[in-house]
Amino acid sequence: MAYTEDDLKKELETKEYEYGFYTDIESDTLPVGLNEDIVRAISKKKEEPEWMTEWRLEAFRAWEQMEEPEWANVHYEKPNFQNISYYSAPNKKPKYESLDEVDPELLDTFKKLGISIDEQKKLAGVAVDVVMDSVSVTTTFKKTLAEKGIIFCSISEAIKEHPELVKKYIGSVVPKKDNFYAALNSAVFSDGSFCYIPKGVRCPMELSTYFRINQAGTGQFERTLVIADESSYVSYLEGCTAPMRDENQLHAAVVELVALDDAEIKYSTVQNWFPGGKDGKGGVFNFVTKRGLCEKNAKISWTQVETGSAVTWKYPSCILKGDNSVGEFYSIAVTNNFQQADTGTKMVHLGKNTKSTIISKGISAGKSQNSYRGLVQVNPRAENARNFSQCDSLLMGNECGAHTFPYIEAKNKTAKVEHEATTSKIGEDQIFYCNQRGIDTEKAIALIVNGFSKEVLNKLPMEFAVEAQKLLEISLEGSVG
Amino acid sequence: MELKDKLVSSFLAFDEQYQVDDDVQQIRSQAIKDFETFGFPSKKEEAWKYTSLKSALKHDYSIFPKKEDAIEYSQIKQYLIHDIDTYDLVFIDGIYSSHLSNTTHDKIDVCLMSSALNKDKFKPVIDNYFNKLAPKNGLNALNTAFTKEGAYIHIHKNIMADKPIQIINFSTGNESSLLLQPRNLVVVDENSHVQIIERHQSLTDHPVLTNSVTEIFADRRAIVDYYKIQNDKGTSSLIDNTFIEQKDESNCSVHTFSLGGNLTRNNLNFYQKGERIDSTMKGVTIIEGKQHVDHNTLVHHIYPNCESHQDYKGIFSDKSVGVFNGKVVVEKEAQKTNAYQSNNNILVDDKATINSKPQLEIFADDVRCSHGCTIGQLDEDALFYLQSRGIPHKEARGLLMYAFANNVLESVKIPEIKKRINNLIAEKLGVELGFNL
Repeated sequence: MAYTEDDLKKELETKEYEYGFYTDIESDTLPVGLNEDIVRAISKKKEEPEWMTEWRLEAFRAWEQMEEPEWANVHYEKPNFQNISYYSAPNKKPKYESLDEVDPELLDTFKKLGISIDEQKKLAGVAVDVVMDSVSVTTTFKKTLAEKGIIFCSISEAIKEHPELVKKYIGSVVPKKDNFYAALNSAVFSDGSFCYIPKGVRCPMELSTYFRINQAGTGQFERTLVIADESSYVSYLEGCTAPMRDENQLHAAVVELVALDDAEIKYSTVQNWFPGGKDGKGGVFNFVTKRGLCEKNAKISWTQVETGSAVTWKYPSCILKGDNSVGEFYSIAVTNNFQQADTGTKMVHLGKNTKSTIISKGISAGKSQNSYRGLVQVNPRAENARNFSQCDSLLMGNECGAHTFPYIEAKNKTAKVEHEATTSKIGEDQIFYCNQRGIDTEKAIALIVNGFSKEVLNKLPMEFAVEAQKLLEISLEGSVG
Repeated sequence: MELKDKLVSSFLAFDEQYQVDDDVQQIRSQAIKDFETFGFPSKKEEAWKYTSLKSALKHDYSIFPKKEDAIEYSQIKQYLIHDIDTYDLVFIDGIYSSHLSNTTHDKIDVCLMSSALNKDKFKPVIDNYFNKLAPKNGLNALNTAFTKEGAYIHIHKNIMADKPIQIINFSTGNESSLLLQPRNLVVVDENSHVQIIERHQSLTDHPVLTNSVTEIFADRRAIVDYYKIQNDKGTSSLIDNTFIEQKDESNCSVHTFSLGGNLTRNNLNFYQKGERIDSTMKGVTIIEGKQHVDHNTLVHHIYPNCESHQDYKGIFSDKSVGVFNGKVVVEKEAQKTNAYQSNNNILVDDKATINSKPQLEIFADDVRCSHGCTIGQLDEDALFYLQSRGIPHKEARGLLMYAFANNVLESVKIPEIKKRINNLIAEKLGVELGFNL
């Protein structure tokens, strides 16, 4: 019997979240609610110095004055910020040197995720800084990195051990009063990663962190700071899966990248948080502020594959401050069922001869809404700025929506800005062509989607490309072409 | 006193002076209440992010112009398309000038809003169409509240209007500063065809602000061609609100040529309420100095098998600011929609700015929607080619810019307008064409 579109639909609907499980680790959780005392308590728990506490409090006071933004093209029930516990850490917190010391239950979690650390350790030289509910539990390959002078640790460790670096750069790209969620994050961030690449060093391996939201009712407030000193290079990977939860979980992360003269940072994300059930219930709220600053001749490249989260609100941006700096943004955003994504980028051209490229691929299926929102700004002093943007949307079924909101502002006559966008569906002739050659409809869709997103997938590091491709297939399986 | 308060407080006197029948009076009084609520738009509103009305609203505008000023045909001849036969509706300081106009009631109605609002003969049309399309916002409400004069055009079923219709609003400068609010209604019945040319012209250097609202209804298989020539003095500002409703298989096109004026804002909305509709909007903007031109377009695709084409080109010199905000909405039912949007810009000087925001909101899957936006310079190779053939740099630049803007003119159907605009563009760019189209 032929495999019909209805069959596909059914299969997709019954497909439950594969990574939805919950690890029972006792967590050390603060009471719900948010006030100055909680901020102080978080800071104290993390044994932070006085200046950091003050910094958090300043952010908190600013946050109190701010209003939640409403301009994004997403609709959701606003989280009650007084109903969230702002700190949760796995209660055992020793610093491991070898895997044997790690809580076996944790190791089990990773096995389910398909990222056995033993394997990872041997494979491809990836150092994994595992973040489980906000606190960095294990850091591998630290020694190898240390030999090169690379600092790769949790941000709380960095605050203690490298205060001069943290003090200089934290909040320099995303100021603590930048926006509502960035301010909230600045006030209550629990942990995150810190990375510093010294002058002239090329980081010998891909750095990666796996984030997981684990504790029910805990907001996750990651803070990542990556500093690439002059002429250095680093490729940073971030990947996420989250267990199934019925109530909405809030995630408001801040990522700051600093690329000093001639440095290059490549930041890749694969995001697959729980998108909510097929009835639109539950799912993670992902309100992230990601921004990079490029000094002279520096380059920052953002690559993202967004398949999860109920609501995504994310604009990885580049401030091209130095002359000849380059910003890139490659994105695939897939939405299915009731997911909503409002994502894109900002390219702010300040320096001369700055270049930026934006390739955004949106795929919407089910009843989802997928928006691209981007800004390309060429300032008066940015001579010979060049931008190329391409936003393609693919629609599957007639109940979803694809939207494009590009903002283009040019204030310099030498600017060259190009923007193009298309929206289409998978052609019946394309599917027919595949069918004719013995490829069933489901495979054909996967094939076509893969082709559609190839430009972006190609930009991902090897380890991620495979995972991302698989993820795309899983997220779209059964969508009607 | 703030302009808003002044307007609100003078409404009663206005209402007294220009009486209309009860239904329209109702609409007017409701509108002034709406205006009181909404007020003038501010930069905080997304649609007004890049355009501030502040400079246009700072003058103490008089709302009740004095009686008609006698102007001679020779004074205004140059502003009319005079080499072809047309119906003319000429307004001077917002007041109809009968001796300069040429109206008709023969098969088609080309007459005045004021008489349409008061005569029983037109009541069914007014009841059916007046203020049915303009969305509620401050500017529309303000215009509606002060409805008294404008063009009323009704083309009856199966009629092809025999001549193009010109609507021209002059301001004479009898008042030191003047607020004009023309209100136009165009109803084109089934299988009919009309061509309309609209122009706002100031004859002095006194500040003038025009807040115009035009509602156009194109019934099944109707064809409407609308040309807006905006080449006013540097002291006048224009807010043009045009709303078009189309029924099955109708074809509407609006060409906007923005060359003059201080601040120009064009709100152009198309609502496609039928199948197999074609909507076209094209524009050329060539501005300099401190001019500001904002094109805000919306095409709402509601039913299947429709098309829309947008093509806006702009050349910006000195400190001028150009804004393009184009929105295409494709509803769930509007399958097989073909929507195209393009916005190309050239920045000539360092201080010039362009803000472009082409938006797509798509809820249907079987559609072809694309938009493109570019900001760039003239091709150096092309420039070199022309120079190597003995054309001086300035002329070569002029020629290339002329060519850049010119292809919008291809779809202009009235040869005289094409010629007129061609010359205006050439003049604006300082090129001697040496050929006539």
